[in-house]
Formats: sequence, structure tokens, C-alpha cells
Amino acid sequence: MIIAEQKEIARIIEMIDGRRSVLVAGCRSCVAVCQAGGEREVAALAEALRLHAAAGGLERSVETVTVERQCEKEWVQEIAHLVEGKDAVLSLACGVGAQVMQALYPEVQVLPGLNTSNMGAPVEQGVYEERCGGCGDCVLHLTGGICPVARCSKSLLNGPCGGSQNGRCEIDPETPCAWELIYRSLVRLGHPELIEVNIPPKDWMPSRHGGPRRIVRKSAVLSDEERDRGVGL
Amino acid sequence: MSYRSNLERVLASGRFAVTAEIGPPKSASGDAVRQRARMLRGHADAFNLTDNQTAIVRLSSVASAALCIQEGIEPVVQMTCRDRNRIALQSDLLGAASLGVRNVLCLSGDHQTFGNQKGAKNVYDLDPIQELVVFRRMRDEGMVWGGDALEQAPQVFLGATTNPFADPFELRAVRLAKKVSAGAEFVQTQAVFDLERFERFMEQVRERRLDEKVHVLAGVIPLRSAGAARYMRDKVSGMSVPDEIVDRMKNAPEPKKEGVRICLETIEQLRSVRGVHGIHIMAIGWEDIVPEVVEQAGLSPRP
Repeated sequence: MIIAEQKEIARIIEMIDGRRSVLVAGCRSCVAVCQAGGEREVAALAEALRLHAAAGGLERSVETVTVERQCEKEWVQEIAHLVEGKDAVLSLACGVGAQVMQALYPEVQVLPGLNTSNMGAPVEQGVYEERCGGCGDCVLHLTGGICPVARCSKSLLNGPCGGSQNGRCEIDPETPCAWELIYRSLVRLGHPELIEVNIPPKDWMPSRHGGPRRIVRKSAVLSDEERDRGVGL
Repeated sequence: MSYRSNLERVLASGRFAVTAEIGPPKSASGDAVRQRARMLRGHADAFNLTDNQTAIVRLSSVASAALCIQEGIEPVVQMTCRDRNRIALQSDLLGAASLGVRNVLCLSGDHQTFGNQKGAKNVYDLDPIQELVVFRRMRDEGMVWGGDALEQAPQVFLGATTNPFADPFELRAVRLAKKVSAGAEFVQTQAVFDLERFERFMEQVRERRLDEKVHVLAGVIPLRSAGAARYMRDKVSGMSVPDEIVDRMKNAPEPKKEGVRICLETIEQLRSVRGVHGIHIMAIGWEDIVPEVVEQAGLSPRP
């Protein structure tokens, strides 16, 4: 899932300065799970913004909505009646959701209420950790199911650097050394020999370094004839 | 047999080699490098120029190496993977070779969060093992990564680092083996204070017969103060400084002299470890002590 966190309220207030009608738009997917932009967070933030407006004697209406998935236009289309006429939408979705919102409603400014961080997982209540670097060429089969691209501070592909100590990464005692984890996992899986394999320079083209990525799944793309028949609507 | 560098020649002759580190200044003037080069000339076989060590911006290692060549000492250029992608690494290797550099040390580099540019992007397009693979191909096959031919290949003696004191311990020799198979001809180790652990590391190195394929230069640091010893023991990941060393520094009436004494004792012991072919002195801002250390260790004059 995508991990995000809410911007500081002071930054949000700066962003909406001068807007008289604001729609706070949340998302029930990833950002709801990481408690940054779900229904509850939308309600709390809207209330805080109303209080701030009232305290400052500002004339501002703050409405709320939370869609199923802000990254899919089908869900975002359904709130047209709420968006139209607003001075701004404060999106509490990830950066993807905020952009889908903006693309669908080009006349209304969409403001980002969250900072989108990474592709990760909740490891315990309220703790979320990065897991995937989105490199486009997965190596988990070689690394015991632990990603060195996302989880090694230097994204090393051939083992731990000299800063690995007691299972910890030198940059932060809270960060486990990914290569220590990889090594332990390979031993558990019965494949310690994989640690000896020299992984050659990685092709970063499928990563963002080949430019913005676009994936076309031909089997899912509608033919002209299917479009004419209205398939997929 | 012709050698690419003086360091390679000394190591190939079987003589115990000495390298020492020169830290470039935070300056647009090369005077400090020239001064150190003049002061150190003749006291080691080659001199490492660090590459923005601890991620602090300094005069570049390639430019510093060129200054050293002008002053008549042989440089070892350190090239980290932290700041340059494969385009810049290959280009800088060509640039260094064109200026007369004949020793290059491949390393990952200290993470940028330790330095004075904490907000920097970290590159790590290649890791140091891949850097060795790419550089070796440039040298031996005369082509850049991807296959384009070079008009002239860089004739460099390739080195790497190895840290016997990091974890997991059993992977340290494995990683050295990977570096050797990637093209490392010499390696310099993290500073040795913990001889017991270093000996165990070297046992693993010999078990894999890596000592027959690569020249290991054991790192040493002359300590200047008890505070420095304590800092390395407590704060630097991948260093092992026994309490005994810290205590000796703490109780010494003249800590600097004690630091040199410890350094000399360490060198003496390292010389008897099978597979150790030289030492690498990292004086870290105390470069003027290097001649004294080399002389008192009985390693002067250099061949």
C-alpha cells in the first residue's frame, strides 16, 4: 500500500489562505489504513479548519467527502456535484489521487493535504515501513524475500557495507540492516549460496530512471469495436 | 612484467607495502594537498585521496590526485558510489587516468546523512562490486559498460575496501571474495584495533585462499586522544576498539605518544599475520605523524 502522512496543519492553513469554500476529500484505500486520509481524518481536519476560520472571523465553508479510491476516475467522477463551484479541493489522498482529482476537475485547484511517502506496510498499529522501491525489476527471489533497493540505505545489491553492526544500519539504530535480514532469510530458506552470487549492474530503465512509466496491458485494452458496443462502461 | 603503478610493483615484489591517506581540504586552493604531498613524499608507496569522506564537501579526489602527481607522489583515487551514477564514474575514471592516476579504490562511501549535505539525493546506481566490474571491463576489454569501445583504456590498478569489524561477521570474507571476483587486486581494511577479530577474519580469508588472489593492506589509525578512541568505540558503526586501547589512551600522560606507540605495536603484530601484504595509515587530519610512524615501524626508506 501507499504510505502517506498529513502535512502540518499550519502548512495546510497557509495553502487554503483566501479560499472561501473548501472541499476536504479523503480516500478509503491506503491512506485510510495508514490513518492519514480516511473518513476519520477528513472529519477531524475539516473540524480543525472550521474552528480556525471561526476563531479568525474568516468566512469559509468547509465540506467533506471520502471516496472509495481517489486514484480511479470512476469513483472521483461521482462527486462532481460537490466539487463544482468550490474554491479548492483539499485532497487527503496520496499524490496519485490528488492528480486524478485535478485532471477530472481542471477548473478547481486541488491542494495536497498529505505528503506521500512510500510503498510500504503497517508493521504494527501506527507504524508503517517502506518495503518496495518500485524498481520495475524485482530481485526478491535472489534476496530471500527482502528488498535491498528499498531497505538498504545505499540500495546495495551485493551484500552489506562496512556500516552494518549488530543487525542495525549505521544511519539509524531504528533501521535494521537489510543485508543482515537477507542473509538470515537465505540461510533459513536453505540458499546461503545466493549471497555469493555477484549481481551485475542493475538496469534502472524499468525504474523511474527511464522516464515516467506507463504500463499497457494489451489484453485489457478495449478494441474499437468493444468501445462502440459500450463494453467497460 | 610491467606494472601499472608503483603500488602494484611493490606489492608484486613481495615487499611489505605502505599506503597513507591524505584528506583533501574544504577549499578551492590545492595548497594544503601540495604541502602534505611534499611532507609525505618518500614515506609511503602511494597515497589515498579520500572522496568527500563522511559526506563532507571537500576538494575532489581526482583533482587532489592530480596535485599529488605534480608534487611527485603516487595517488590512489577513492571513488565512491554515493555521488555519481555509472556515467560520471566511468567519465571520472577516464579523467583520472588521463591525468596520470594509476590506482583507483572502489567504495560505497559514507552515507550522506553523516555529512554536511544531509538533504542530498543518494545515487548508488552501482554498488562498489559493480563499480569494480565496470572499471575492470573498461581496462581489460577497452569498452564502457554497454559495450562501446574506448579509444584508449584506463590502465589502473584496482582496489577496494574491506571491513573485518562489521556484521554479519561470517559475511565479511564472502563480500571480500565477491570484490576479488569482481576485479579487486588490492584491498585496504577498516582500521585494526581489535587484532583478535582481525586474525579470525584473516583465517577466513586464507581458508578461501583469497590471500593468494588479492593484496590485503591492513588499516591503522594513530590515535591522538582518548576521546577519539572512545568515539570510534562507541559511535562509529563497523569499528571495533577494545576497552584496553581506550584505557591506555585515557591513562597515558602523553596521549599522542601513546597513540603512536599503540599504532606501532599494531603494525608489528600485523606484519606477522599471514596474508597481510602491507599497511594503510589513516591519520585523519594528523598527516604529519605519518613519516614518524613509518620510520619507527622500520618501514623506511620506501623502495
